[in-house]
Amino acid sequence: MSVNLASFLYLVSGILFILALRGLSHPTTSRQGNIYGMVGMGIAILTTLALATPSAGGLVLILLGLAIGGGVGAVVARRIAMTSMPQLVAAFHSLVGLAAVMVAAAAIHAPESFGIGTIGAIHGQALVEMSLGVAIGAITFTGSVIAFLKLDGRMSGKPIMLPARHLINIVLGVGLVVLIVMLVTTQSTTVFWLIVALSLVLGVLLIIPIGGADMPVVVSMLNSYSGWAAAALGFTLGNLALIITGALVGSSGAILSYIMCKGMNRSFISVILGGFGGEAASAGGDDGIERTVKQGSADDAAYLMMNAQKVIIVPGYGMAVAQAQHAVREMADKLKANGVEVKYAIHPVAGRMPGHMNVLLAEANVPYDEVFELEDINSEFAQADVAYVIGANDVTNPSARDDKSSPIYGMPILDVDKARTCLFVKRSLGSGYAGIDNTLFYKDGTMMLLGDAKKMTEEIVKAMDH
Amino acid sequence: METLQKALDQLDQASAAVRMAVQDLATSGAAGDAAHALSGGMVDPFVFRFAIFVLAIFVGYYVVWSVTPALHTPLMAVTNAISSVIVVGALLAVGISAAGLATGFGFVALVLAAVNIFGGFLVTQRMLAMYKKKDGR
Repeated sequence: MSVNLASFLYLVSGILFILALRGLSHPTTSRQGNIYGMVGMGIAILTTLALATPSAGGLVLILLGLAIGGGVGAVVARRIAMTSMPQLVAAFHSLVGLAAVMVAAAAIHAPESFGIGTIGAIHGQALVEMSLGVAIGAITFTGSVIAFLKLDGRMSGKPIMLPARHLINIVLGVGLVVLIVMLVTTQSTTVFWLIVALSLVLGVLLIIPIGGADMPVVVSMLNSYSGWAAAALGFTLGNLALIITGALVGSSGAILSYIMCKGMNRSFISVILGGFGGEAASAGGDDGIERTVKQGSADDAAYLMMNAQKVIIVPGYGMAVAQAQHAVREMADKLKANGVEVKYAIHPVAGRMPGHMNVLLAEANVPYDEVFELEDINSEFAQADVAYVIGANDVTNPSARDDKSSPIYGMPILDVDKARTCLFVKRSLGSGYAGIDNTLFYKDGTMMLLGDAKKMTEEIVKAMDH
Repeated sequence: METLQKALDQLDQASAAVRMAVQDLATSGAAGDAAHALSGGMVDPFVFRFAIFVLAIFVGYYVVWSVTPALHTPLMAVTNAISSVIVVGALLAVGISAAGLATGFGFVALVLAAVNIFGGFLVTQRMLAMYKKKDGR
């Protein structure tokens, strides 16, 4: 196959990837889009095989690699629980990062295969592109591993703050630039591996100070990084599919990070610098006024909702933890059968990754036209009889709207306090991830339902049958 | 050469389309113009690649903003899968190089990318199938 034809085919696969993302603009077109993506990937792989014309041994090795990796990937994709999706995505990011490092390592050890020169005489430009790719790839790798451990609960979600961490990071960053210059001048593989090592350390240091509640931003950011790493290697290999895909993924991750930051009313920089969500509650609580909380039972909740005209359900991360999405849908079915209008309201940063709640509700067979984003539904709380908050906390805290001294002031919230009654399912009266007391608990219209989200919802469903 | 010309023509058309869509973003149009005006001469391929890169960023920007927030999780899963197109690098390393070390690194990269390709697309498909069930209602 000629190189020109191959370039053209890579362009085609790049276009198919664009169509794959385009399809996601609506659920009905999304599956078609996913197929475009698969076809694009198939074209890219076949084109490369036709171009490289591997030996019989090489081909066996390639098929073996694809079979091993593909088998593992397929099994994981089938078995993974929808609630574990954030961890899975973080783990996948780490694989892209590591794969980028490995491709660059192969390229520096066998530059002839990639047409970028010979050992000891690799083009300077290729080396710069390659070292950028490998640095970003290595940061993505360890950063995603840390994010995975935090999301999977194998590591505390609390920020780990090293003394002088900003200074350390700056020193490491400057060290990286120096090493890249050294690599171009000396062509030494030792320097290459030093770049890898330094970037791996940097990846860990960048993510450990970021708290669990900021993980949606981190996951999106690492998504973006994995794209930039791919693009940088695309320049090294002169591969259009890789360049286009890298740019797409890079901008996609950046946009998602931006949306998540906006959902928390925080700047991207402040999230990256980390440290949020670690300290115990400091604001909002101690104004010396004795405050009382109204508690209710499952029977009370069932009665209130069955006699309501409109119920809005507000799910949060707690629903995912308790796996309560199916119970919630059952409850909604009972209500609908009784003539109650049911809608779902999703805050942009509910859960641990963008769109996390939507996937869980979809899994529980909730029709997607009953699920609304914050800006589309927020005005409806005033007409709702009941807001059923399950596993969400900070995103409903009225302090963010009313109390200028609150650390989360300015964050867009769901106005659940405007509903006639707010039923708030929660395990205890503790504060949320941001460590901030929720004034909603003490409002007259709020009834606390203390207990496990799933059990409580199931009890309500039972009580509705009485 | 004919195919290259064809590809360049397509690129030119694409850049014109993007330029119309993004009139205020002069830089993207300028990059496309540069690629066209200089396509006859001897230009470092890097310039063309960079032009494509910049245009793809703009395409990505507009395409991703049009993604419905409900599908942001599948979006992350599918971007993950497509960024594994880095597998082409791994295939070159395994397929061409005779050197043991490079083949080894390439093989590891190949396995990792394959996990991602299959895992990413299949998990996306699984998620999207759940949104599908409600179409009838």
